Amino acid sequence: MTTTPAPSRRMDARAPSTDPIIEMTDISISFPGVKALDSVSFRMFPGEVHSLMGENGAGKSTLIKALTGVYSIDSGTISLAGAPLSISGPAQAQAAGISTVYQEVNLLPNLSVAENIMLGREPRRLGAIDWRAMRARAAELLARLNLDIDPGSPLSSHSLAVQQLIAIARATGVDAKVLVLDEPTSSLDADEVSELFRVIRGLKDAGVAILFVSHFLDQVYEISDRLTVLRNGALVGEYLTREILRIELVHKMIGKELATLESLETKTRVAAVAEGEPTDTPYLRATGLGRTGSVEPTDLEIHQGEVVGLAGLLGSGRTEIARLITGADRADSGELHIRGEKKRLRTPRAALRDRIAYSSEDRKREGIVEELSVRDNIVLALQADRGWLRRISRRRQDELAQSYISALGIRPANPEALVRNLSGGNQQKVLLARWLAVAPRLLVLDEPTRGIDVGAKAEIQKLVSSLADEGMAVVFISAELEEVLRLSHRIAVMRDRRKVADLPNEDVTVGEIMALIASGADA
Amino acid sequence: MNPGTLRDLPKARLFWPIVTLAALLLLNVAVSPGFFQIQFQNGHLFGSLIDILRNGAPTLLVALGMTLVIATRGIDLSVGAVVAISGALACTIIADSPTPDDLGTVFFAVTVAVGFSLVLGAWNGLLVAVFGIQPIIATLILMTAGRGIAMLITEGQIITVSSAPYKVIGAGYWFGLPASIVIAAAMFVVAALLTRKTALGLLIESVGINPVASRLAGVRARGIVWTVYVFSAVCAAVAGLMISSNVTAADANSAGLWIEMDAILAVVIGGTSLAGGRYSLTGTLIGAFVIQTLTTTVYTVGIAPSITLVFKALVVIAVCLLQSPVLQQRMRARRRPPGSRPPASARSAKKSDSAKKGALVS
Repeated sequence: MTTTPAPSRRMDARAPSTDPIIEMTDISISFPGVKALDSVSFRMFPGEVHSLMGENGAGKSTLIKALTGVYSIDSGTISLAGAPLSISGPAQAQAAGISTVYQEVNLLPNLSVAENIMLGREPRRLGAIDWRAMRARAAELLARLNLDIDPGSPLSSHSLAVQQLIAIARATGVDAKVLVLDEPTSSLDADEVSELFRVIRGLKDAGVAILFVSHFLDQVYEISDRLTVLRNGALVGEYLTREILRIELVHKMIGKELATLESLETKTRVAAVAEGEPTDTPYLRATGLGRTGSVEPTDLEIHQGEVVGLAGLLGSGRTEIARLITGADRADSGELHIRGEKKRLRTPRAALRDRIAYSSEDRKREGIVEELSVRDNIVLALQADRGWLRRISRRRQDELAQSYISALGIRPANPEALVRNLSGGNQQKVLLARWLAVAPRLLVLDEPTRGIDVGAKAEIQKLVSSLADEGMAVVFISAELEEVLRLSHRIAVMRDRRKVADLPNEDVTVGEIMALIASGADA
Repeated sequence: MNPGTLRDLPKARLFWPIVTLAALLLLNVAVSPGFFQIQFQNGHLFGSLIDILRNGAPTLLVALGMTLVIATRGIDLSVGAVVAISGALACTIIADSPTPDDLGTVFFAVTVAVGFSLVLGAWNGLLVAVFGIQPIIATLILMTAGRGIAMLITEGQIITVSSAPYKVIGAGYWFGLPASIVIAAAMFVVAALLTRKTALGLLIESVGINPVASRLAGVRARGIVWTVYVFSAVCAAVAGLMISSNVTAADANSAGLWIEMDAILAVVIGGTSLAGGRYSLTGTLIGAFVIQTLTTTVYTVGIAPSITLVFKALVVIAVCLLQSPVLQQRMRARRRPPGSRPPASARSAKKSDSAKKGALVS
């Protein structure tokens, strides 16, 4: 393995006896104002699961897009099974046997499941699409994933999690030598993850090389054989999963001492527990608030200075109740009191007027405005609140943008960069900045740390707890129970569209919350 | 992006529209050397360039409104009909008045015509913003029905007016310049100030790029969309006044016919994407002049009337191709000597496109 430069001392003699199926050498890519990849080398062997690790902006997505033909590389070489490969587009990459499932589901919601799975390679008979064969083939692929989905149903009728599985079914349908899974598990629950892993192992046994990207360390350790770590667009090293300790791995990913992270965790936890029972009128009180087909009538109280964690599975009602208290959806039953005053929140705008901000779980569709700059995105909500006539002066905009960029560590630190060119974690920070700029009294964060690396996650958690210390009420929704437990003063558990428990976070364990999620209050 | 170097110049957003405009003007000079001459007679400016500005004024006005509509992901096909209605209303009022030469009469006629366009624009806005009808369908309704309304107003006749004050709008002079140029310039400045000195521009772009995210950020998307359709109708109404004033007649059938197509072309040539979002009023300005210069060129160069439309189409195709990100990428790739390391600036079509958009921010 002489072709790979060796930033890592461990690299030699680790390779299996076979030759790598993919070998990327000295890949460099830059965007306007950002050097996304700086001479990075990467290789994969047939029949292995290879995890790509790194913080936001480390260059993971860029490397994947270089491999799958979305970006053309500025310099460096790629070879497939020893032969040089020049990829000039996603179609060509796919034809060469490199298949991808992206972080954000890239399917067509208005087409059927079968059409989505078979798109671009529909079986034909006499020139026309053979619909029956297409449906049968799609059903077969779904069956391989053990999914009970009607291939004829429209894609939009399925949840994000199911759509993700359908995207994977689509990718496995191609005769793939290399399968790239970019954050495939970020919206899946535990059962769906183990289902996915079963399929991954099957593909691996069939000799497929799988590139796996996930921020869940547990999953990385469970499924992958080999790891490559990137940091700030540069290669840190390649390691065998069984030979690197988690603590070492995290250290390599974030490049700072772990002690800081650990002390933060204890500190927030202690602060969370030390906070006494709030006695004043709650900032927001929902009584029997519900919406048909979305969430059953629910009671919820949120006090100033309090972090309320919403735990539950996807579709349990945790996002749905958040949308009701923020005006994103209209409630059709129940009452809402804000500072003891009865209110009806018909629109997000009305909620913002009552200083309630909602950060949606769907960052791309309901969060960022891709083609606008970081500055525009940050001032958007504040400007909308002031109305179009009272424009925020350019100087004030620059001040706002600059102060949030440095406070939240947004990279690149350029207020004029287009948000679409930022990594997922930095986009999330821009969104947080947008909501913080309106100085909310109640901030509802739906999955703010999804698809974000360890470092940024810790920063956001720290921010949440300091905001609460300053008197802000926060609703924190996350699929990661550890995170909910670490941050919340109180935890509301949702199951089957209703609240099944509401308990102060005192000596509560993940196991107890899991039991509640699994079986309700009677557990 | 390094705007300082000549090499990057072709990537600037307005580079190709400006080059096209310059090329067309030079072609005219080559054929008729006196093309750039501007004379000053009786306190008025005369010349081919002034004619282009004056004749292009209605198209520019309509294209201004169209730019903002397109920025919200919409389109307004009804502008031609609004042109006809506005001209018909104003001319009918003046023709029916006992004192057509009275300034008050003309003022009243203009106010009614522009006022009614507010109603028409509000109707389009209602269909699009409140009832969620696709803009192309919603404005198609008024596009067809509007001609009918204009016919009702004129009772199927061509209404001719002889009113000196009214004639000023389309054929008169203010400050030595044709009044229509002054009016169009004023509207352009108003639109530019309205969108860039207030937050309207940001909110329009935000709604055009991502309506869902904008709603969650508290943007009143409905109000924004409504506003741009009303603005578009007002622009069309003023253009209608100009056109009818210039020919001192209101023709419900032919006034403003196909002007929506010219306006949409002007917007597209100016670099605003039909997909909505980022827009450029300056681009539209140049686009409108390209279209008008093209029409003038047909006459100066003496192209046979039978192939006029084909000639226009060829130029438009050329401009659109020059702006195509795919083609620009290919041309850059060819210019590069084979085997050399690709410069950082040559990347996929998608990215050079986004880089181009990034240039607008600065």
